[in-house]
Amino acid sequence: MENNTLLQINNISVVYSDVIQILKGVSLDVTRSQIVSLLGSNGAGKTTTLKAISGLLKPENGKVTEGTINYRGHNIQNSAPEAITRLGIIQVLEGRQAFKYLTVEENLRVGTATRWGKPYRKDLELVYHYFAPLVARKHSLAGYCSGGELQMLVIGRALMAQPRLLLLDEPSLGLAPLLVKEIFEIVRRINEEQCTTLILVEQNANMALQIAHFGYVMENGRIVLKGDAKDLRENPDVKESYLGVAASGTIKSYGDVKAYKRRKRWL
Amino acid sequence: MEFFLQILINGLSIGFLYALAALGFVMIFKSSSVLNFAHGELMALGAFLFLVLSTWARLPIVLALLLTLIGSFSLGFVIERFFLRPLIGEALIEVIMLTVGLAIMFKGLMLFIFGGDIHSYPEFLPKALAFHWGAVEVPGVYVASFLAGLIFLALFGFFFKYSSQGIYMRSVADNQRAAMSLGVHVRRVFALSWAIAALVCAMSGIVLGIINGINVHEVSSIGLKVFPVVILGGLDSIGGAILGGIIIGLLETFTGGYISTALREVVPYIVLIIILLIKPYGLFGLAEIERV
Repeated sequence: MENNTLLQINNISVVYSDVIQILKGVSLDVTRSQIVSLLGSNGAGKTTTLKAISGLLKPENGKVTEGTINYRGHNIQNSAPEAITRLGIIQVLEGRQAFKYLTVEENLRVGTATRWGKPYRKDLELVYHYFAPLVARKHSLAGYCSGGELQMLVIGRALMAQPRLLLLDEPSLGLAPLLVKEIFEIVRRINEEQCTTLILVEQNANMALQIAHFGYVMENGRIVLKGDAKDLRENPDVKESYLGVAASGTIKSYGDVKAYKRRKRWL
Repeated sequence: MEFFLQILINGLSIGFLYALAALGFVMIFKSSSVLNFAHGELMALGAFLFLVLSTWARLPIVLALLLTLIGSFSLGFVIERFFLRPLIGEALIEVIMLTVGLAIMFKGLMLFIFGGDIHSYPEFLPKALAFHWGAVEVPGVYVASFLAGLIFLALFGFFFKYSSQGIYMRSVADNQRAAMSLGVHVRRVFALSWAIAALVCAMSGIVLGIINGINVHEVSSIGLKVFPVVILGGLDSIGGAILGGIIIGLLETFTGGYISTALREVVPYIVLIIILLIKPYGLFGLAEIERV
Protein backbone atom coordinates (compact mmCIF):
# COMPACT_ATOMS: atom_id res chain seq x y z
CA MET A 1 0.00 0.00 0.00
CA GLU A 2 1.38 3.35 -0.96
CA ASN A 3 2.11 5.78 1.75
CA ASN A 4 -0.18 8.37 0.31
CA THR A 5 -3.24 6.20 0.36
CA LEU A 6 -5.47 6.91 3.31
CA LEU A 7 -8.17 4.39 2.59
CA GLN A 8 -8.09 1.34 0.42
CA ILE A 9 -11.21 -0.64 -0.31
CA ASN A 10 -10.40 -4.02 -1.66
CA ASN A 11 -13.03 -5.86 -3.61
CA ILE A 12 -15.78 -5.70 -0.98
CA SER A 13 -19.20 -7.27 -1.20
CA VAL A 14 -22.00 -6.08 1.03
CA VAL A 15 -25.05 -8.13 1.81
CA TYR A 16 -28.12 -6.93 3.69
CA SER A 17 -30.15 -9.34 5.83
CA ASP A 18 -27.98 -12.22 4.58
CA VAL A 19 -29.65 -12.27 1.18
CA ILE A 20 -29.73 -8.93 -0.59
CA GLN A 21 -26.41 -8.25 -2.23
CA ILE A 22 -25.84 -4.55 -2.84
CA LEU A 23 -22.11 -4.27 -3.51
CA LYS A 24 -20.47 -6.80 -5.78
CA GLY A 25 -16.76 -6.35 -5.53
CA VAL A 26 -16.10 -2.65 -5.10
CA SER A 27 -12.51 -1.44 -4.95
CA LEU A 28 -11.43 2.11 -4.51
CA ASP A 29 -8.47 4.07 -3.22
CA VAL A 30 -8.57 7.40 -1.48
CA THR A 31 -5.46 9.51 -1.50
CA ARG A 32 -4.62 11.67 1.49
CA SER A 33 -5.96 15.25 1.37
CA GLN A 34 -7.94 14.69 -1.79
CA ILE A 35 -11.61 14.93 -2.56
CA VAL A 36 -12.83 11.73 -4.13
CA SER A 37 -16.25 11.81 -5.63
CA LEU A 38 -18.49 8.80 -5.99
CA LEU A 39 -21.10 9.20 -8.70
CA GLY A 40 -23.93 7.06 -9.86
CA SER A 41 -27.68 6.87 -10.12
CA ASN A 42 -30.15 5.85 -7.43
CA GLY A 43 -29.55 2.42 -6.00
CA ALA A 44 -26.06 2.11 -7.46
CA GLY A 45 -24.61 1.42 -4.03
CA LYS A 46 -22.95 4.75 -3.25
CA THR A 47 -24.49 5.19 0.17
CA THR A 48 -23.88 1.55 0.99
CA THR A 49 -20.21 2.01 0.17
CA LEU A 50 -20.04 4.92 2.59
CA LYS A 51 -21.82 2.94 5.28
CA ALA A 52 -19.46 0.04 4.78
CA ILE A 53 -16.61 2.43 5.54
CA SER A 54 -18.22 4.13 8.53
CA GLY A 55 -19.58 0.95 10.10
CA LEU A 56 -23.18 2.12 9.91
CA LEU A 57 -24.17 -1.00 7.98
CA LYS A 58 -24.41 -2.94 11.17
CA PRO A 59 -27.53 -1.36 12.67
CA GLU A 60 -29.20 -1.89 9.29
CA ASN A 61 -28.42 -5.55 9.29
CA GLY A 62 -25.84 -5.23 6.54
CA LYS A 63 -22.43 -6.88 6.44
CA VAL A 64 -19.24 -6.79 4.44
CA THR A 65 -19.05 -10.45 3.41
CA GLU A 66 -15.90 -10.33 1.29
CA GLY A 67 -12.93 -8.10 0.81
CA THR A 68 -11.17 -5.68 3.13
CA ILE A 69 -11.33 -2.03 3.98
CA ASN A 70 -7.93 -0.78 5.01
CA TYR A 71 -7.61 2.56 6.72
CA ARG A 72 -4.15 3.68 7.84
CA GLY A 73 -3.09 0.13 8.45
CA HIS A 74 -6.26 -0.96 10.27
CA ASN A 75 -8.69 -3.40 8.75
CA ILE A 76 -11.97 -1.75 9.61
CA GLN A 77 -14.56 -3.76 7.72
CA ASN A 78 -17.44 -4.71 10.01
CA SER A 79 -16.05 -2.76 12.98
CA ALA A 80 -18.47 -0.91 15.23
CA PRO A 81 -19.18 2.72 14.36
CA GLU A 82 -17.93 3.80 17.81
CA ALA A 83 -14.52 2.38 16.97
CA ILE A 84 -14.39 3.67 13.41
CA THR A 85 -15.39 7.22 14.32
CA ARG A 86 -12.61 7.26 16.89
CA LEU A 87 -10.11 6.52 14.13
CA GLY A 88 -11.17 9.78 12.49
CA ILE A 89 -13.77 8.67 9.94
CA ILE A 90 -17.01 10.60 10.18
CA GLN A 91 -19.97 10.15 7.89
CA VAL A 92 -22.46 12.93 7.23
CA LEU A 93 -25.71 11.13 6.61
CA GLU A 94 -27.93 11.83 3.68
CA GLY A 95 -30.96 14.01 4.26
CA ARG A 96 -29.60 16.53 6.78
CA GLN A 97 -30.27 14.56 9.90
CA ALA A 98 -29.84 17.19 12.54
CA PHE A 99 -31.05 16.69 16.10
CA LYS A 100 -34.30 18.62 15.83
CA TYR A 101 -34.88 19.22 19.50
CA LEU A 102 -31.35 20.36 20.25
CA THR A 103 -30.16 23.88 19.58
CA VAL A 104 -27.66 24.50 16.81
CA GLU A 105 -24.80 24.79 19.25
CA GLU A 106 -25.85 21.63 21.12
CA ASN A 107 -25.94 19.83 17.78
CA LEU A 108 -22.38 20.92 17.17
CA ARG A 109 -21.36 19.75 20.63
CA VAL A 110 -22.56 16.24 19.85
CA GLY A 111 -19.78 16.22 17.27
CA THR A 112 -17.30 16.07 20.13
CA ALA A 113 -18.52 12.62 21.19
CA THR A 114 -15.39 10.92 19.87
CA ARG A 115 -13.19 12.95 22.16
CA TRP A 116 -15.42 13.51 25.15
CA GLY A 117 -14.03 15.76 27.84
CA LYS A 118 -11.50 17.55 25.61
CA PRO A 119 -11.87 21.29 25.00
CA TYR A 120 -13.92 22.19 21.95
CA ARG A 121 -14.11 26.00 21.91
CA LYS A 122 -11.61 26.31 19.06
CA ASP A 123 -13.53 23.84 16.93
CA LEU A 124 -16.75 25.74 17.50
CA GLU A 125 -15.05 28.89 16.31
CA LEU A 126 -13.71 27.07 13.28
CA VAL A 127 -17.17 25.79 12.36
CA TYR A 128 -18.67 29.25 12.78
CA HIS A 129 -15.85 30.61 10.65
CA TYR A 130 -16.73 28.32 7.77
CA PHE A 131 -20.46 28.42 8.25
CA ALA A 132 -21.16 32.01 9.23
CA PRO A 133 -24.98 31.76 8.93
CA LEU A 134 -24.99 29.36 11.87
CA VAL A 135 -23.78 32.02 14.30
CA ALA A 136 -27.09 33.85 14.27
CA ARG A 137 -28.98 30.59 14.82
CA LYS A 138 -26.76 29.33 17.65
CA HIS A 139 -29.49 29.14 20.26
CA SER A 140 -32.50 28.20 18.17
CA LEU A 141 -33.73 24.65 17.79
CA ALA A 142 -32.29 22.89 14.77
CA GLY A 143 -35.79 21.75 13.85
CA TYR A 144 -36.64 25.30 12.87
CA CYS A 145 -33.60 25.92 10.65
CA SER A 146 -33.81 26.14 6.88
CA GLY A 147 -32.53 23.40 4.62
CA GLY A 148 -29.33 25.25 3.80
CA GLU A 149 -28.63 25.97 7.45
CA LEU A 150 -29.25 22.33 8.30
CA GLN A 151 -26.80 21.12 5.68
CA MET A 152 -24.21 23.52 7.05
CA LEU A 153 -25.03 22.33 10.53
CA VAL A 154 -24.55 18.64 9.81
CA ILE A 155 -21.27 19.23 7.98
CA GLY A 156 -20.11 21.53 10.76
CA ARG A 157 -21.13 18.96 13.34
CA ALA A 158 -18.96 16.36 11.62
CA LEU A 159 -16.13 18.87 11.49
CA MET A 160 -16.30 19.16 15.29
CA ALA A 161 -14.98 15.61 15.47
CA GLN A 162 -11.77 16.73 13.74
CA PRO A 163 -12.14 14.05 11.08
CA ARG A 164 -9.29 12.87 8.92
CA LEU A 165 -11.70 11.32 6.47
CA LEU A 166 -15.08 12.93 5.98
CA LEU A 167 -17.79 11.02 4.12
CA LEU A 168 -20.39 13.37 2.65
CA ASP A 169 -23.59 11.77 1.42
CA GLU A 170 -25.52 13.95 -1.03
CA PRO A 171 -24.96 17.37 0.49
CA SER A 172 -26.78 18.99 -2.44
CA LEU A 173 -30.00 17.02 -1.99
CA GLY A 174 -32.99 19.31 -2.30
CA LEU A 175 -31.12 22.59 -2.04
CA ALA A 176 -31.29 25.64 -4.28
CA PRO A 177 -28.47 25.78 -6.86
CA LEU A 178 -26.93 28.89 -5.33
CA LEU A 179 -26.81 27.28 -1.91
CA VAL A 180 -25.30 24.13 -3.38
CA LYS A 181 -22.59 26.27 -4.91
CA GLU A 182 -21.91 27.98 -1.61
CA ILE A 183 -21.74 24.73 0.32
CA PHE A 184 -19.47 23.05 -2.21
CA GLU A 185 -17.18 26.04 -2.10
CA ILE A 186 -16.97 25.70 1.68
CA VAL A 187 -16.30 21.98 1.35
CA ARG A 188 -13.49 22.73 -1.06
CA ARG A 189 -12.01 25.24 1.38
CA ILE A 190 -12.22 22.78 4.24
CA ASN A 191 -10.36 20.24 2.15
CA GLU A 192 -7.70 22.77 1.22
CA GLU A 193 -7.24 24.50 4.55
CA GLN A 194 -7.78 21.64 6.98
CA CYS A 195 -6.28 18.95 4.74
CA THR A 196 -9.37 16.85 5.41
CA THR A 197 -9.73 13.97 3.00
CA LEU A 198 -13.24 13.68 1.62
CA ILE A 199 -15.38 11.14 -0.11
CA LEU A 200 -18.26 12.91 -1.75
CA VAL A 201 -21.29 10.96 -2.87
CA GLU A 202 -23.37 12.97 -5.28
CA GLN A 203 -26.10 12.86 -7.84
CA ASN A 204 -25.12 16.36 -8.85
CA ALA A 205 -22.13 15.13 -10.84
CA ASN A 206 -21.45 18.52 -12.29
CA MET A 207 -20.81 20.19 -8.93
CA ALA A 208 -19.04 17.18 -7.53
CA LEU A 209 -16.56 16.92 -10.37
CA GLN A 210 -15.79 20.61 -10.11
CA ILE A 211 -14.33 20.31 -6.64
CA ALA A 212 -13.16 16.69 -6.68
CA HIS A 213 -9.69 15.52 -7.59
CA PHE A 214 -10.65 12.01 -8.49
CA GLY A 215 -13.89 10.30 -9.33
CA TYR A 216 -15.50 6.90 -9.42
CA VAL A 217 -18.72 6.02 -11.19
CA MET A 218 -20.85 3.25 -9.75
CA GLU A 219 -23.62 1.26 -11.26
CA ASN A 220 -25.41 -1.81 -9.93
CA GLY A 221 -23.03 -2.30 -7.05
CA ARG A 222 -19.88 -2.09 -9.13
CA ILE A 223 -17.35 0.56 -10.00
CA VAL A 224 -17.68 1.00 -13.73
CA LEU A 225 -15.40 3.94 -14.36
CA LYS A 226 -12.71 5.83 -12.56
CA GLY A 227 -10.34 8.62 -13.33
CA ASP A 228 -9.17 12.13 -12.55
CA ALA A 229 -12.10 14.46 -12.13
CA LYS A 230 -10.85 16.46 -15.09
CA ASP A 231 -10.94 13.44 -17.38
CA LEU A 232 -14.31 12.31 -16.11
CA ARG A 233 -15.77 15.72 -16.91
CA GLU A 234 -14.66 15.25 -20.49
CA ASN A 235 -15.77 11.64 -20.75
CA PRO A 236 -18.70 11.49 -23.24
CA ASP A 237 -20.51 8.78 -21.31
CA VAL A 238 -20.34 10.67 -18.05
CA LYS A 239 -21.39 13.82 -19.83
CA GLU A 240 -24.37 12.15 -21.36
CA SER A 241 -25.52 10.19 -18.34
CA TYR A 242 -24.72 12.48 -15.44
CA LEU A 243 -23.91 15.96 -16.64
CA GLY A 244 -26.93 16.43 -18.87
CA VAL A 245 -24.80 17.52 -21.81
CA ALA A 246 -24.74 15.82 -25.17
CA ALA A 247 -21.48 14.45 -26.47
CA SER A 248 -21.28 17.41 -28.82
CA GLY A 249 -21.28 19.79 -25.86
CA THR A 250 -24.64 21.44 -26.40
CA ILE A 251 -27.27 21.22 -23.72
CA LYS A 252 -29.91 18.76 -24.75
CA SER A 253 -33.55 19.52 -24.64
CA TYR A 254 -35.82 16.91 -23.14
CA GLY A 255 -37.13 16.24 -26.60
CA ASP A 256 -33.75 15.00 -27.74
CA VAL A 257 -33.09 12.80 -24.81
CA LYS A 258 -33.13 9.25 -26.01
CA ALA A 259 -30.81 7.84 -23.46
CA TYR A 260 -31.70 4.28 -24.35
CA LYS A 261 -30.29 4.71 -27.82
CA ARG A 262 -26.83 5.45 -26.63
CA ARG A 263 -25.24 2.39 -25.19
CA LYS A 264 -23.02 3.18 -22.30
CA ARG A 265 -19.64 1.84 -23.20
CA TRP A 266 -19.09 0.21 -19.84
CA LEU A 267 -22.16 -1.96 -19.90
CA MET B 1 -57.74 28.96 54.59
CA GLU B 2 -55.28 27.10 56.78
CA PHE B 3 -56.82 23.89 55.62
CA PHE B 4 -56.35 24.92 52.02
CA LEU B 5 -52.70 25.87 52.58
CA GLN B 6 -52.03 22.67 54.44
CA ILE B 7 -53.41 20.62 51.60
CA LEU B 8 -51.56 22.70 49.05
CA ILE B 9 -48.28 22.05 50.81
CA ASN B 10 -48.94 18.35 51.26
CA GLY B 11 -49.91 18.11 47.62
CA LEU B 12 -46.78 19.87 46.47
CA SER B 13 -44.49 17.61 48.45
CA ILE B 14 -46.23 14.47 47.25
CA GLY B 15 -46.18 15.95 43.78
CA PHE B 16 -42.45 16.45 43.90
CA LEU B 17 -42.07 12.85 44.95
CA TYR B 18 -44.09 11.70 41.95
CA ALA B 19 -42.14 14.03 39.71
CA LEU B 20 -38.91 12.52 40.90
CA ALA B 21 -40.19 9.00 40.34
CA ALA B 22 -41.49 9.89 36.89
CA LEU B 23 -38.18 11.47 35.96
CA GLY B 24 -36.42 8.11 35.90
CA PHE B 25 -39.19 6.58 33.87
CA VAL B 26 -39.12 9.33 31.27
CA MET B 27 -35.36 9.11 31.04
CA ILE B 28 -35.39 5.46 30.05
CA PHE B 29 -38.22 5.97 27.62
CA LYS B 30 -36.64 9.01 26.06
CA SER B 31 -33.28 7.46 25.36
CA SER B 32 -34.20 3.89 24.51
CA SER B 33 -38.00 3.84 23.99
CA VAL B 34 -38.39 1.19 26.66
CA LEU B 35 -41.41 1.31 28.96
CA ASN B 36 -40.08 0.19 32.30
CA PHE B 37 -42.71 -1.73 34.22
CA ALA B 38 -40.23 -2.54 36.96
CA HIS B 39 -40.14 1.09 38.01
CA GLY B 40 -41.88 0.65 41.35
CA GLU B 41 -39.69 -2.33 42.15
CA LEU B 42 -36.60 -0.29 41.48
CA MET B 43 -37.93 2.27 43.94
CA ALA B 44 -38.53 -0.43 46.51
CA LEU B 45 -35.07 -1.90 45.94
CA GLY B 46 -33.52 1.49 46.65
CA ALA B 47 -35.64 1.95 49.74
CA PHE B 48 -34.69 -1.47 51.10
CA LEU B 49 -31.03 -1.04 50.30
CA PHE B 50 -31.07 2.13 52.34
CA LEU B 51 -32.89 0.28 55.13
CA VAL B 52 -30.25 -2.44 55.18
CA LEU B 53 -27.38 0.00 55.18
CA SER B 54 -28.84 2.41 57.73
CA THR B 55 -30.46 0.07 60.28
CA TRP B 56 -28.91 -3.36 59.79
CA ALA B 57 -25.37 -2.24 59.00
CA ARG B 58 -25.77 0.86 61.21
CA LEU B 59 -23.81 3.09 58.88
CA PRO B 60 -24.03 6.86 59.35
CA ILE B 61 -27.03 8.20 57.46
CA VAL B 62 -25.10 10.27 54.93
CA LEU B 63 -22.80 7.37 54.12
CA ALA B 64 -25.75 4.98 53.84
CA LEU B 65 -27.51 7.36 51.50
CA LEU B 66 -24.41 7.76 49.35
CA LEU B 67 -23.83 4.01 49.18
CA THR B 68 -27.48 3.43 48.31
CA LEU B 69 -27.28 5.86 45.44
CA ILE B 70 -24.04 4.35 44.17
CA GLY B 71 -25.48 0.85 44.56
CA SER B 72 -28.64 1.64 42.62
CA PHE B 73 -26.62 3.38 39.94
CA SER B 74 -24.58 0.22 39.45
CA LEU B 75 -27.71 -1.90 39.59
CA GLY B 76 -29.12 0.12 36.70
CA PHE B 77 -25.98 -0.57 34.71
CA VAL B 78 -26.18 -4.27 35.45
CA ILE B 79 -29.85 -4.49 34.50
CA GLU B 80 -29.16 -2.82 31.17
CA ARG B 81 -26.08 -4.87 30.46
CA PHE B 82 -27.50 -8.30 31.23
CA PHE B 83 -31.22 -8.01 30.55
CA LEU B 84 -31.90 -5.18 28.14
CA ARG B 85 -28.87 -5.24 25.86
CA PRO B 86 -29.50 -8.71 24.40
CA LEU B 87 -32.95 -7.45 23.43
CA ILE B 88 -31.80 -4.41 21.45
CA GLY B 89 -33.55 -4.56 18.12
CA GLU B 90 -36.27 -6.94 19.32
CA ALA B 91 -39.95 -6.02 19.23
CA LEU B 92 -41.30 -3.61 21.84
CA ILE B 93 -43.60 -6.21 23.37
CA GLU B 94 -40.68 -8.49 24.24
CA VAL B 95 -38.87 -5.68 25.99
CA ILE B 96 -42.02 -4.81 27.92
CA MET B 97 -42.50 -8.43 28.94
CA LEU B 98 -38.92 -8.47 30.12
CA THR B 99 -39.46 -5.48 32.39
CA VAL B 100 -42.64 -7.06 33.72
CA GLY B 101 -40.62 -10.18 34.42
CA LEU B 102 -37.94 -8.15 36.15
CA ALA B 103 -40.63 -6.52 38.28
CA ILE B 104 -41.98 -9.87 39.42
CA MET B 105 -38.50 -11.20 40.09
CA PHE B 106 -37.43 -8.20 42.16
CA LYS B 107 -40.69 -8.20 44.08
CA GLY B 108 -40.34 -11.90 44.84
CA LEU B 109 -36.77 -11.41 45.99
CA MET B 110 -37.72 -8.57 48.29
CA LEU B 111 -40.68 -10.46 49.73
CA PHE B 112 -38.38 -13.39 50.34
CA ILE B 113 -35.78 -11.32 52.15
CA PHE B 114 -37.84 -8.67 53.92
CA GLY B 115 -41.31 -10.19 54.07
CA GLY B 116 -44.51 -8.28 53.53
CA ASP B 117 -44.42 -6.23 56.73
CA ILE B 118 -43.94 -2.52 57.01
CA HIS B 119 -40.44 -1.53 57.95
CA SER B 120 -39.40 1.92 58.95
CA TYR B 121 -36.26 3.97 59.03
CA PRO B 122 -34.83 5.31 62.24
CA GLU B 123 -35.65 8.96 62.92
CA PHE B 124 -32.84 10.86 61.32
CA LEU B 125 -34.34 13.99 59.89
CA PRO B 126 -33.40 17.00 61.99
CA LYS B 127 -36.35 18.41 63.93
CA ALA B 128 -35.56 21.83 62.57
CA LEU B 129 -36.82 20.78 59.15
CA ALA B 130 -40.43 20.84 60.28
CA PHE B 131 -41.97 24.24 60.54
CA HIS B 132 -45.18 25.92 61.62
CA TRP B 133 -46.73 28.82 59.93
CA GLY B 134 -49.78 30.00 61.77
CA ALA B 135 -51.96 26.94 62.02
CA VAL B 136 -50.28 25.35 59.02
CA GLU B 137 -47.99 22.58 60.05
CA VAL B 138 -45.43 21.11 57.70
CA PRO B 139 -43.84 17.89 58.88
CA GLY B 140 -40.10 17.46 58.35
CA VAL B 141 -40.55 14.58 55.91
CA TYR B 142 -42.54 16.75 53.56
CA VAL B 143 -39.92 19.45 53.63
CA ALA B 144 -37.29 16.78 52.99
CA SER B 145 -39.29 15.34 50.10
CA PHE B 146 -39.72 18.81 48.67
CA LEU B 147 -36.02 19.59 48.99
CA ALA B 148 -34.86 16.25 47.62
CA GLY B 149 -37.15 16.66 44.65
CA LEU B 150 -35.99 20.19 44.01
CA ILE B 151 -32.30 19.35 44.29
CA PHE B 152 -32.51 16.33 42.03
CA LEU B 153 -34.60 18.06 39.42
CA ALA B 154 -32.20 21.00 39.34
CA LEU B 155 -29.22 18.66 39.08
CA PHE B 156 -30.74 16.73 36.22
CA GLY B 157 -31.92 19.83 34.45
CA PHE B 158 -28.38 21.12 34.60
CA PHE B 159 -26.91 17.78 33.53
CA PHE B 160 -29.10 17.47 30.45
CA LYS B 161 -28.91 21.08 29.43
CA TYR B 162 -25.22 21.79 29.80
CA SER B 163 -23.03 18.73 30.28
CA SER B 164 -21.62 16.99 27.21
CA GLN B 165 -22.79 13.57 28.37
CA GLY B 166 -26.29 14.96 28.86
CA ILE B 167 -26.28 16.41 25.37
CA TYR B 168 -25.11 13.08 23.92
CA MET B 169 -27.99 11.38 25.73
CA ARG B 170 -30.47 13.82 24.27
CA SER B 171 -28.98 13.36 20.81
CA VAL B 172 -29.56 9.62 20.99
CA ALA B 173 -33.17 10.24 21.99
CA ASP B 174 -33.50 12.63 19.08
CA ASN B 175 -31.94 10.71 16.20
CA GLN B 176 -30.18 7.51 17.03
CA ARG B 177 -28.64 6.95 13.61
CA ALA B 178 -27.20 10.42 13.39
CA ALA B 179 -25.82 10.11 16.91
CA MET B 180 -24.19 6.85 15.93
CA SER B 181 -22.64 8.41 12.84
CA LEU B 182 -20.92 10.94 15.07
CA GLY B 183 -19.46 8.30 17.32
CA VAL B 184 -21.87 8.60 20.24
CA HIS B 185 -21.66 5.33 22.10
CA VAL B 186 -25.35 4.47 21.92
CA ARG B 187 -25.24 1.38 24.11
CA ARG B 188 -23.33 3.33 26.74
CA VAL B 189 -26.04 5.99 26.65
CA PHE B 190 -28.70 3.32 27.21
CA ALA B 191 -26.73 1.94 30.14
CA LEU B 192 -26.23 5.37 31.60
CA SER B 193 -29.91 6.20 31.36
CA TRP B 194 -30.81 3.00 33.20
CA ALA B 195 -28.22 3.77 35.83
CA ILE B 196 -29.47 7.30 36.36
CA ALA B 197 -33.07 6.11 36.36
CA ALA B 198 -32.30 3.51 39.02
CA LEU B 199 -30.56 6.16 41.09
CA VAL B 200 -33.53 8.52 40.88
CA CYS B 201 -35.85 5.61 41.68
CA ALA B 202 -33.86 4.82 44.81
CA MET B 203 -34.03 8.43 45.92
CA SER B 204 -37.79 8.60 45.48
CA GLY B 205 -38.15 5.19 47.13
CA ILE B 206 -36.27 6.44 50.16
CA VAL B 207 -38.35 9.60 50.43
CA LEU B 208 -41.49 7.51 50.11
CA GLY B 209 -40.18 5.16 52.76
CA ILE B 210 -39.63 8.05 55.13
CA ILE B 211 -43.17 9.30 54.60
CA ASN B 212 -45.13 6.04 54.59
CA GLY B 213 -42.81 3.35 55.85
CA ILE B 214 -41.42 0.72 53.54
CA ASN B 215 -43.53 -2.13 52.35
CA VAL B 216 -42.86 -4.01 49.14
CA HIS B 217 -46.43 -3.88 47.91
CA GLU B 218 -47.00 -0.29 48.77
CA VAL B 219 -43.83 1.12 47.24
CA SER B 220 -44.17 -0.82 44.04
CA SER B 221 -47.80 0.22 43.66
CA ILE B 222 -46.71 3.83 43.91
CA GLY B 223 -44.44 2.96 41.01
CA LEU B 224 -47.58 2.39 38.99
CA LYS B 225 -48.56 5.95 39.66
CA VAL B 226 -45.82 7.15 37.35
CA PHE B 227 -48.04 6.06 34.48
CA PRO B 228 -50.72 8.72 34.93
CA VAL B 229 -47.96 11.20 35.70
CA VAL B 230 -45.94 10.60 32.55
CA ILE B 231 -48.96 10.23 30.33
CA LEU B 232 -50.30 13.48 31.68
CA GLY B 233 -47.00 15.24 31.11
CA GLY B 234 -46.04 13.52 27.89
CA LEU B 235 -43.98 10.35 27.81
CA ASP B 236 -40.89 11.99 26.43
CA SER B 237 -40.86 15.28 28.27
CA ILE B 238 -38.82 15.74 31.43
CA GLY B 239 -40.45 19.07 32.15
CA GLY B 240 -43.81 17.39 31.57
CA ALA B 241 -42.96 14.66 34.07
CA ILE B 242 -42.22 17.25 36.72
CA LEU B 243 -45.37 19.24 36.10
CA GLY B 244 -47.43 16.08 35.69
CA GLY B 245 -46.14 14.84 39.04
CA ILE B 246 -47.07 18.04 40.79
CA ILE B 247 -50.51 18.14 39.17
CA ILE B 248 -51.29 14.54 40.13
CA GLY B 249 -49.99 15.15 43.66
CA LEU B 250 -52.19 18.21 44.09
CA LEU B 251 -55.21 16.46 42.59
CA GLU B 252 -54.80 13.59 45.01
CA THR B 253 -54.50 15.67 48.14
CA PHE B 254 -57.27 18.05 47.14
CA THR B 255 -59.71 15.25 46.36
CA GLY B 256 -58.68 13.57 49.58
CA GLY B 257 -59.14 16.80 51.53
CA TYR B 258 -62.29 18.23 50.00
CA ILE B 259 -64.23 15.39 48.47
CA SER B 260 -63.46 12.00 49.93
CA THR B 261 -60.39 10.02 50.86
CA ALA B 262 -61.84 7.03 49.09
CA LEU B 263 -61.69 8.85 45.76
CA ARG B 264 -58.11 9.89 46.31
CA GLU B 265 -56.60 6.92 44.58
CA VAL B 266 -59.05 6.95 41.70
CA VAL B 267 -58.84 10.54 40.59
CA PRO B 268 -55.39 10.33 38.95
CA TYR B 269 -56.65 7.57 36.69
CA ILE B 270 -59.81 9.46 35.81
CA VAL B 271 -57.64 12.42 34.86
CA LEU B 272 -55.44 10.07 32.88
CA ILE B 273 -58.34 8.85 30.79
CA ILE B 274 -59.63 12.35 30.16
CA ILE B 275 -56.17 13.54 29.14
CA LEU B 276 -55.79 10.63 26.76
CA LEU B 277 -59.07 11.59 25.14
CA ILE B 278 -58.13 15.23 24.69
CA LYS B 279 -54.38 15.21 24.24
CA PRO B 280 -53.08 11.77 23.35
CA TYR B 281 -49.47 12.95 23.47
CA GLY B 282 -49.85 14.42 26.94
CA LEU B 283 -49.63 18.06 27.92
CA PHE B 284 -46.00 18.47 26.91
CA GLY B 285 -45.42 15.47 24.70
CA LEU B 286 -43.34 16.29 21.66
CA ALA B 287 -45.44 17.16 18.72
CA GLU B 288 -43.16 16.54 15.73
CA ILE B 289 -41.44 19.69 14.57
CA GLU B 290 -42.64 20.13 11.01
CA ARG B 291 -41.45 23.03 8.97
CA VAL B 292 -44.07 23.97 6.44
